[in-house]
Amino acid sequence: MYRYDDFDHRFVDERVAQYRDQVRRRLAGQLTEDEFKPLRLMNGLYLQMHAYMLRIAIPYGAFDSAKMRKLAHITRKYDRGYGHFTTRQNLQLNWIKLEDTPDILAELASVEMHAIQTSGNSFRNTTTDPFAGVAHDEIEDPRPYAEILRQWSTLHPEFSFLPRKFKIAVSASTEDRAAVKMHDVGLYLRRNDKGEVGFEVMAGGGLGRTPLLSHTIKPFVARRDLLSYLEAVLRVYNQYGRRDNIYKARIKILVQSLGAKKFAEEVEAEWLASDREAAALPDNYVREIASAFALPAYDNTPVDEAAFKRDAAANPAFARWLRRNTFGHKSSNHAVVTISLKPVGETPGDCSADQMDLVADLADELSFGEIRAAYEQNLVLPHVRRDALFGLWKRLEAAGLGTANIGQITDIICCPGMDYCSLATARSIPIAQDLARHMAAKEEAIGTFNIKISGCINACGHHHLGHIGILGVDKNGEEVYQITLGGDAGNNAAVGTIIGPALKSDAVTGGIDTLIDVYLKLRQDGERFPDTYRRIGAKPFKEALYAVA
Amino acid sequence: MQLVTGNRLRDGVPIYFVGNGQWSPSIDAAQLVEDAEADALLAVSQEGAPPLPAVGSVLIEAVRENGHIKPISLRERIRAEGPTTGPMTHQTAIETAAR
Repeated sequence: MYRYDDFDHRFVDERVAQYRDQVRRRLAGQLTEDEFKPLRLMNGLYLQMHAYMLRIAIPYGAFDSAKMRKLAHITRKYDRGYGHFTTRQNLQLNWIKLEDTPDILAELASVEMHAIQTSGNSFRNTTTDPFAGVAHDEIEDPRPYAEILRQWSTLHPEFSFLPRKFKIAVSASTEDRAAVKMHDVGLYLRRNDKGEVGFEVMAGGGLGRTPLLSHTIKPFVARRDLLSYLEAVLRVYNQYGRRDNIYKARIKILVQSLGAKKFAEEVEAEWLASDREAAALPDNYVREIASAFALPAYDNTPVDEAAFKRDAAANPAFARWLRRNTFGHKSSNHAVVTISLKPVGETPGDCSADQMDLVADLADELSFGEIRAAYEQNLVLPHVRRDALFGLWKRLEAAGLGTANIGQITDIICCPGMDYCSLATARSIPIAQDLARHMAAKEEAIGTFNIKISGCINACGHHHLGHIGILGVDKNGEEVYQITLGGDAGNNAAVGTIIGPALKSDAVTGGIDTLIDVYLKLRQDGERFPDTYRRIGAKPFKEALYAVA
Repeated sequence: MQLVTGNRLRDGVPIYFVGNGQWSPSIDAAQLVEDAEADALLAVSQEGAPPLPAVGSVLIEAVRENGHIKPISLRERIRAEGPTTGPMTHQTAIETAAR
């Protein structure tokens, strides 16, 4: 894990001191809200429906037990004993007092954390594969590049007044687990014919009001040129991106209006004309950053396979958890474990302070202290010996963290919605809770499936990319829910299509149930929902849904 | 009928304008006025030396029912009464929240 150097510590400490003075002046009436708002937003502090909300950055979703314990402590001392992991691999605290925020940021700084650039028209948290560094299908660990991007994009002087927020994702595996194609800029690590590592650069993706998938604008950018090329992308965006209309300000609108080919030509021309050496990424610097992400010293004594199989055979619930919540590790003695934050009937992504402390303890005991936050709003222990899995599962079960539903229909991505968020137009959490309760019994029969729910068009719940997506909107003072079908987030990314008129809130669960029944009846062997949907089209789903709705 | 609400500056809690420069976290304490008087109420609520107690003050529609003031919109009912999601059923979260 990357550790702050002196510069990082000084920078974050200075920011806390500046912010403390800003809060003091606001509370003393020396700053108006209009003057103060941009300052608090630069430090991740929003004002929501019931309180202030602090969004804490977890760079590329990678953190450790010390940071997790600090988060647990902060939620206990300053909030209501729980936090909400987000689709940007960050953590949100929903019940924060303005007067406490300088102390909270100081506490975060003490464990090398902050909330800078988790809001505003800035570079947001660069996201990546939660299995980065340990996934068996990986070209190279993407975390060093995500860290380099974090350093490059933090308070970058040329890009501090972007037309709109800017999100980057990096993936290095054959399977895209970072939803790369829905980002302003997406990076896939690639090897060229000479075996050199570089990046396929994609641009123009994004969700929200105008959901668009990104386009490849350069199939291979050498590692050395990564930052200079991205600077060219940002310069073209900074120059031509619209500032007159917030709904048309994201880079996706620029790429769409220019066309991906023309946009790529503009970037290429800017890049060739720029001083590429000034932003070159030297090999020794990459090596230095990468050294912070070296794999731990694994215990390579053989796993007792007989005992492992015996435990799984004697405990079907454990066997199910193994099948759904563990993933192949580079070391054959180890597994990557995903801890579900989706217990049936609970708020997706919520985690109590005691659960945070337990995960920190388990990380120390079993995973070299390392923890990841996944954009699907779950947690990951990246290095667990396979003969420790049974004990781990039992302890997770006892704490409400043992739900075996990763990638299943109850593993719902869900934004906070109108229960918390001042932008929301409808509630999303109660819909998720009800759906999960209803679908749990069918989960095994359904198999891999994802439902994604947003409480407004901003799409924090990624509803466009759900196999079934649900968007809550306000219609004449009533919450109604628009259903989209056929979305997909990974390698076969697709934006779902709206099936028809929105459903009233009390018709959503029944309506989804009807859609699932159509899928179960018409799917062919091994076919995922988006594949069935693409094969048979919307008609059978539409007919069934509106016959009962 | 309408009333003025905002979020309390120091902690973000929803508060309601009571009159005479006073605000309360209880919506039942709010000054509820006829629509024709609403703009004047909002103007009065913004008087006083900075900082004003409330951030983002707005007028909302509400009615008085059975001795209680009830906002018309669901959003404002959730602001007044809290999230509808229920507490985390995990006991420690509930206990921690109560401390």
